[in-house]
Amino acid sequence: MFAISDIDIAVDELRDHVKDPGSGGVCVFEGWVRNQNEGRAVQRLEYEVYAPLAIVEGDKVIAEANERFPFLEASCVHRSGLLEIGDCAVWVGVSAPHRDEAFKACRYIIDEIKVRLPIWKKEHYVDGDSGWVNCERCANV
Amino acid sequence: MKTITVKYFAMFREHAGVSEEALELDVATALDVFEQTRARHGSSEPTGHCKVAINDEMADWTARVKDGDIVLLFPPVAGG
Repeated sequence: MFAISDIDIAVDELRDHVKDPGSGGVCVFEGWVRNQNEGRAVQRLEYEVYAPLAIVEGDKVIAEANERFPFLEASCVHRSGLLEIGDCAVWVGVSAPHRDEAFKACRYIIDEIKVRLPIWKKEHYVDGDSGWVNCERCANV
Repeated sequence: MKTITVKYFAMFREHAGVSEEALELDVATALDVFEQTRARHGSSEPTGHCKVAINDEMADWTARVKDGDIVLLFPPVAGG
């Protein structure tokens, strides 16, 4: 299950959601907002998400992970809107009978989500400036 | 001529000054739409890591567009 949330990600609920009696463990990745990027002091982040397609593509990524590294349960939630330093921006949890599939599926999901989903990150810097991440070359669009 | 609704996101939206617009365009493919809207908004950005969707489905730049289509132009993404 992939979802977009415009409020704080309910980490405990998500962790319960991936529990399964057949699971030997859960591998969780939490992406947090950090206070700097490429040498610039970051004050907050803003995520713009095109939800209709992000959800379809996010579910596709989870299905692909399950084909490659069969697991029991997986969830992923990505934030939209304004986030402060330390906030959870993305949560991925995968439960499986054994740790190898859980680690690999979790890694696959976060890696693909970062590069495939229609999600854009705008950094607001401490100096008052702001910029879209990965969009330096788009400056003249 | 075809009526195409073009939707812009993130950096593209900021530079276009609108989130969407309906345009009368002489276009055959998604790439044609991108090139004509770049010209319209004074850009020379290559497709590079940009992506396109037609009617809410991811598409190739060579995909055909028809009258009434909604074309979504996505600048390079940055989730996570």
